[in-house]
Amino acid sequence: MTKKKEITKTTYQLPIGPIHPALKEPVMFEFEIDGERIVDVDVSLGHVHRAIEWAGMRRNSIQILYLAERICGICSISHPIAFARAVEDACDIEVPERAGYLRVIQCELERICSHMLWAGVAAHEIGFDSVLFLTWEMREKVLDLTEYLTGNRITKAIITIGGVRRDITKDQLPKIHETLNYFKDNFEKLRKIFLDDKTFKLRSQDCGILTYDDALKLCAVGPTTRASGVKKDVRVDQAYAAYGDLDIDYITPDVLTGEVNGDVYDRIIVRLLEVKQSIELIEQAITGMPSGDIVSEPKIPKLLNHIKKTAGEGIGRHEAPRGEVIHYVKFDGEHENPYTWKVRASTYNNILPWIPMLKGEQIADIPIVAASTDPCMSCTNRVAIVDQNKKYELDKEQLHKLSVEKTRRLMR
Amino acid sequence: MAKGLPKSFKKALWVYHCNSGSCNGCDIEIIAALCPRYDVERFGIKLVGSPRHADVLLITGPVTRQMEDKVKRIFEQMPDPKAVICVGNCGNTGDVFYESYNLVGPVDNVIPVDVHVIGCPPLPESIIMAVAKEWVKLETLEAKK
Ligand code: SF4
Repeated sequence: MTKKKEITKTTYQLPIGPIHPALKEPVMFEFEIDGERIVDVDVSLGHVHRAIEWAGMRRNSIQILYLAERICGICSISHPIAFARAVEDACDIEVPERAGYLRVIQCELERICSHMLWAGVAAHEIGFDSVLFLTWEMREKVLDLTEYLTGNRITKAIITIGGVRRDITKDQLPKIHETLNYFKDNFEKLRKIFLDDKTFKLRSQDCGILTYDDALKLCAVGPTTRASGVKKDVRVDQAYAAYGDLDIDYITPDVLTGEVNGDVYDRIIVRLLEVKQSIELIEQAITGMPSGDIVSEPKIPKLLNHIKKTAGEGIGRHEAPRGEVIHYVKFDGEHENPYTWKVRASTYNNILPWIPMLKGEQIADIPIVAASTDPCMSCTNRVAIVDQNKKYELDKEQLHKLSVEKTRRLMR
Repeated sequence: MAKGLPKSFKKALWVYHCNSGSCNGCDIEIIAALCPRYDVERFGIKLVGSPRHADVLLITGPVTRQMEDKVKRIFEQMPDPKAVICVGNCGNTGDVFYESYNLVGPVDNVIPVDVHVIGCPPLPESIIMAVAKEWVKLETLEAKK
């Protein structure tokens, strides 16, 4: 035996988070690194667990709307709308046609807002701060419009059970058109920056690839899965509100480039095209909007009484900017508060795809790859298990198991 | 602008932002304040990446149990004199999450807060106003030294 010292090449661990300047929200990554290459990834969640579902089971449906709104400040229409749809499903409440159109307009405005926000963050992650400022300046235009239509910039409190709370009147239309036209005029500029710019191409092409099979297997949702070529969009699959009347189709990257790579670049394409699609949808909705009521039951005590007397369960699905959100409620027919309320936010599905995306990439690609799914921790963290001071970190298998269990629960 | 603020500031103010379990609403409004519409950087207010460089801590969210020690640690890492601004109702009172079993907040319970910004989320204008108020406090603290 030689006495030569053996040089072992081991990997090392790199923890990132829960508080880190590259992350806007608390989440913790544990990377297994070999040189510059990522060998394995583990994600630990639960830092933003606020017991929202637990609190929801102690409140009545109208109060939950405001709680649902605060699950996530960016999807502050998606969660209430999914919840409202679940309650409407459970209690057989019919939504007036005009309300359906108004809901579409609000949802699509939120989508534009969210995608613009994402575009800025993505640019920031690769160090392109001037684009961050450009997109956020454009985003302010949508925020202005949202404030004009709903009275608030972020938490809009516009959705209610059985309809919406504020109508869009004729004299508000010019302002809507003005904003939409602004976006149409500037769309080309955005497209050029995000799709033709060399820096963006270098950083985003062939990076963070999620294959078609992986996207299906891991149940990715929203733009993340569509960028991998999976045609999945609740607005088309199970048209609700007024989406059935509007001209809408799946957006996959091959619409523009003719091929699907499933990389970060494709995710940018999908989101960018969705902004355009949203603008068109809002225009269609405005032209096609019938007159009529905006809420099925304006008297809230009467509505709550109806809900109280109903026993049953309902599911509400909605295509949020980040993908499908599902709310499930069950009423026992005796209480105002739901017996169960379960939320499945879109980022929950989009976390597992991080693992195939990040494996084999370089450390420097972590922020842009992670950001490319547009993660929203405050939505997701309600599913982590927290018990007093003991923290259970969920690993991949557990997370998957939980996910499967949860789907089964939802199917029941 | 806040009363007592000298016409020309002696120093630029560096801000560190910490999310202790918020819904993101306040966080995006903080970033919005930094972006061209409000552009606080022209006053020398800058977001920094480490608490060790910061004069002011902007904290959002109701402080969940998992974040408690992290928030404390961030506060301890900041150099003196330092100031804390709590942005948003949920950090001030708990807001819609008030009864949750997983909160140790409001933020007051964890670290001393100097300025409370109300609103859910507050307008960027109010956030800027709060930072300006902090300035007064920091300049007085500095003067006492
Ligand atoms: S104050 Fe409101 S908007 Fe701000 S983080 Fe808390 S719940 Fe969200």
